[in-house]
Amino acid sequence: MEPKSDTRRFFKSLHAFGERKQAATVDMARNVAGLLALSQQEELMDLPNHSPLSTSEDEGDSDGERKSQKLLEAVSSLGGKSRWKLAERSEATLGVSEFNVTSDGSGEKLVLSDLLESSTALSSLAAVRKQLLRVKSKTLAIPLDKKEADQILREAAFSKTAQVLSKWDPVVLKNRQAEQLFFPMEKELPAVAPVEHAFTGWKTRTPLEQEVFNLLHKNKQPVTDPLLTPVEKASLKAMSLEEVKIHRAELQKTRALQSYYEARARREKKIKSKKYHKFMKKGKAKKAFKEFEQLCKDDPSAALQELGKMEEARVLERMSLKHQGSGKWAKSKAIMARYDLETRQAMQEQLAKKRELTQKLQVVSESEEEEEKCTEEGIISASDGMNDLQMNAAGVNPWMLRSCNSSAGRGELKTDPEQLPQQVAGGFSVGEEDERPVAEELVLKERSFQERVEPNSAKPMGGQEAEVSSDCQEEVSESRVLLQKLHKENDQSEQQNVSSVGTVLQIQREELAQEESLVPQRLERTHVLEEQGELGKEGRCQKKGHPRPMLKGEWKKRNPHSVLDVSRREKKDQMIDLQKLLTTRSPVKSLAVPTVVELKDEVETDHKQIIKEAFAGDDVIREFLKEKRETVEANKPKDLDLTLPGWGEWVGMGLKPSAKKRRRFLIKAPESSPRKDKNLPNVILNEKHNILAAAHQVHAIPHPFTHHQQFERTIQNPIGYTWNTQRAFQKLTVPKVGTKLGHIIKPLKAENVGYRSSSRSDLSVLQSSRKRLSKKQQKQLKASSAD
Amino acid sequence: MKVKMLSRNPDNYVRETKLDIQRVPRNYDPTLHPFEVPREYVRALNATKLERVFAKPFLASLDGHRDGVNCLAKHPKSLTTVGDDKTVKQWKMDGPGCGEEEEPLQTILGKTVSTGIDHHWKDPIFATCGQQVDIWDEQRTSPVCSMNWGFDSVCSVKFNPIETFILGSCASDRNIVLYDMRQATPLKKVILDMRTNTICWNPMEAFHFTAANEDYNLYTFDMRALDTPVQVHMDHVSAVLDVDYSPTGKEFVSASFDKSIRIFPVERSRSREVYHTKRMQHVICVKWTSDSKYIMCGSDEMNIRLWKANASEKLGVLTSREKAANDYNQKLKEKFQYHPHVKRIARHRHLPKSIYSQIQEQRIMKESRRRKEMNRRKHSKPGSVPVVSERKKHVVAVVK
Repeated sequence: MEPKSDTRRFFKSLHAFGERKQAATVDMARNVAGLLALSQQEELMDLPNHSPLSTSEDEGDSDGERKSQKLLEAVSSLGGKSRWKLAERSEATLGVSEFNVTSDGSGEKLVLSDLLESSTALSSLAAVRKQLLRVKSKTLAIPLDKKEADQILREAAFSKTAQVLSKWDPVVLKNRQAEQLFFPMEKELPAVAPVEHAFTGWKTRTPLEQEVFNLLHKNKQPVTDPLLTPVEKASLKAMSLEEVKIHRAELQKTRALQSYYEARARREKKIKSKKYHKFMKKGKAKKAFKEFEQLCKDDPSAALQELGKMEEARVLERMSLKHQGSGKWAKSKAIMARYDLETRQAMQEQLAKKRELTQKLQVVSESEEEEEKCTEEGIISASDGMNDLQMNAAGVNPWMLRSCNSSAGRGELKTDPEQLPQQVAGGFSVGEEDERPVAEELVLKERSFQERVEPNSAKPMGGQEAEVSSDCQEEVSESRVLLQKLHKENDQSEQQNVSSVGTVLQIQREELAQEESLVPQRLERTHVLEEQGELGKEGRCQKKGHPRPMLKGEWKKRNPHSVLDVSRREKKDQMIDLQKLLTTRSPVKSLAVPTVVELKDEVETDHKQIIKEAFAGDDVIREFLKEKRETVEANKPKDLDLTLPGWGEWVGMGLKPSAKKRRRFLIKAPESSPRKDKNLPNVILNEKHNILAAAHQVHAIPHPFTHHQQFERTIQNPIGYTWNTQRAFQKLTVPKVGTKLGHIIKPLKAENVGYRSSSRSDLSVLQSSRKRLSKKQQKQLKASSAD
Repeated sequence: MKVKMLSRNPDNYVRETKLDIQRVPRNYDPTLHPFEVPREYVRALNATKLERVFAKPFLASLDGHRDGVNCLAKHPKSLTTVGDDKTVKQWKMDGPGCGEEEEPLQTILGKTVSTGIDHHWKDPIFATCGQQVDIWDEQRTSPVCSMNWGFDSVCSVKFNPIETFILGSCASDRNIVLYDMRQATPLKKVILDMRTNTICWNPMEAFHFTAANEDYNLYTFDMRALDTPVQVHMDHVSAVLDVDYSPTGKEFVSASFDKSIRIFPVERSRSREVYHTKRMQHVICVKWTSDSKYIMCGSDEMNIRLWKANASEKLGVLTSREKAANDYNQKLKEKFQYHPHVKRIARHRHLPKSIYSQIQEQRIMKESRRRKEMNRRKHSKPGSVPVVSERKKHVVAVVK
């Protein structure tokens, strides 16, 4: 009796085990319900039936027969069909098992293979064997740990929910950016019956109506929104036959052209002759040059754009190390250059090219045009030196100019013609190592443009020229005017002239000494001497008190000799020195200084000097002075003219109010107190700044704004009724959020924003998902929720 | 002889009916109306001052309770309560008749103590929380489904008003858990520095909710990205006990243990308003009324107080001119809000001494902490003390 109960207990425990497992899986199945397919779920439910299979071995029971019977049952239960057949196969033997499978006495465990061994003998058991084998191969993986399974479920559910929520993104964004929102949001739609409904009750009565209706129906005329019949729509979409033909022909033609072009390009690419490519390059360069010339004539603005491109190319060239002797080719040549003249020349050519490519572009200012006018009036004699210098500077890098000048010394006129052709040759000859024809073309264009713009201009074109401030240029032009006058006046004695020129010289020397400009000192002097000579020959002279109404500023204080001074300065490529700009230094004082200055020998350009030249363009002090002058002008109180034309007088085009009237209604500005920075040359004091107002002003740009102009614009646009019309005022002051007192604002609904709300309520979804679970599982769920 | 006369079209100056206002032609030439910025500035300054003058937010105090008010609800259709006695009771909406004993309609004896309850926004479902979150059908006596994650008790549960199957709850082990009712599973959990007392969903933005935390701050989260709060709202000087959104979804109100309530714009980290009275003690619950005009708060000292949501707003019917002037003033204040004087006047609030001193104290603490961290960063290997943004600082972990 005891063993019997034992086995029962065992099977009970087996059963319990299976059930617990079932519980786990059921739990899982419940969770998966929304995610997994139903079939999968069924599979999971089937699983526990197989489970006793692997656990049935370990039983130390004496009652072998019963045990084996049970085992058989368990085994046979695996295959549904043969199970009953096997059960029937019992014979009336005395408790002797026909299979003899007891492990009693042998002390070994019963293994499944032992059972299967006997089945091999019997052909009738083949089906069972097969099934067993199949079961073996189908062993399922161990189910996931509950924790992990839950996590997977949660993640899946979360991603699903996030997806559902993301449909609200555009709504939220729209509401946040809305200019104005009015709550409650639900609007009662006005009940307007659609047209179809209106038509249903309609019946045709008169024959005319019938005719019309017949027509409409025959053409399938739609009544509502799309007013075109299907046929009309199709015809609108379709192309006419001719159009299609033309279109096709065009396509064919373009395709053919493309193929021709490709074939040609391929052919040309195959040509290996260097000479050919060289010629092609040259041809291209020339063509570009011509095109640019044409462009200059036709469309100056486009030409300017081209120039801009050239400038860019120049900048690129300056940044790159090309043509600088660092390349492979250049290095190889550098070794040979010592012995071979040709290679040396090639190297030099390359360097020249670099120079050209990096040469800065000239910007033509208005004052130059003025000068052009002057020269065209017939003043040829405006100092040879100027012309020379201009020609010299026109095409050459200012840096190189310096060295050339210093080395060439006096023979300045000679160097010019030499230099120019050389450059031109350099410009036109295409180097063998040339890798960037584009840049070259650009340079060519640039040069031609320069020549075009000022064919006979009489102005130096140094590198700094472009940035020279306008009043300086005015002075230059003024000097020219004066020179003209000098031409005309012939009645003064030579003696005077000489003396005046002498003083000029003195001034210059003194200034030179002060400025310590070492480079072209001697050069300049020779210039001046030449000029003097010319002046002397022509018998020109200069009055001491010559009227010069056009000169202004500090130049007014100077005596007339400064004219020459100016022209000389002009020749120095508009080199600006700090001292000459300072107002504290008066010309009278300079006159008083003794005039003994040693002539210095030719000096090589100093490093300092070079730097000075390099930054000569950034004319800080002159700009500052100009700025100061402007602020002083702007802050001066101005006269108030209250004259109203048309009162007591005739008025119209070309008529002005009478002088008397103007005088009568002109309110003169009161004399302001002297400025605080009057005696401080290096300071601009802002007298308008009000400390009391500063307390009311915003000091930093507030957060949403990125630029102070944005903020100022918002502040400067008035929104009040004083400045805006009624309608505009209402629009500007509409509140961002509007609500009504006592009106309940409900939370956002999908229907309100045009989304389809889920038709089923949450409760029904919840219940339906629960219905999917079996009763048994529900019971377990309850049990699990209870504990 | 032709006599020339001045002629005018009467349409331009005659009003159509007697009730119309007289037409006043006006020349809008800007030269005739100079100094527009200074004049508007003065108007803005005056508007700001008037706003402060008229700021009287306190409307009424509703007393009658004999103990602290712990819970408020607005416009309920059905009334269900939970208690510490493990019961859920449903009540009649209208009170007991004369001489009638007040009895609940239904009493459900639960297995565990429920600490919080919230009703579904559409369906007859309610959720209770305690050891687990239970979803109940009003018609049934057992929960339809119950969800559990972790072992600590859940102190508050809230349904999402837009996507109504989503629930948010906060547990006492410092975390906020989101549930999906339809799939009957928790979704995600975020663990913060300190315990969250309650959360509130934004009624206009389906995925945003705000959590009232014990560390004096409120955190607005996007439920899809829980690792970083969208905004950290700080101004309270003690634990925040309750939070409720304005039905417009633009602002929310928070009640704090520091005896004050504050109103925050959703996208700002600092409050725009603080309400307090001398007698108001720790505020436990707060609600924003459904027309977005009033705020109610229940506090420890047995009173419910009614406040205006906009302190200086005039209640009652406004004439159109009043309305226009009001709108104009609002716009002016908005336009000149960055000007120092306007800003100073608009920001000025009188605070009780306790709150004021605590604010100062906490400012000092914060500054010293910042300084210490800076020093530590300065004196340690570069990169070993990373800069953590204020938003990331308070999130401990997100559990999937």
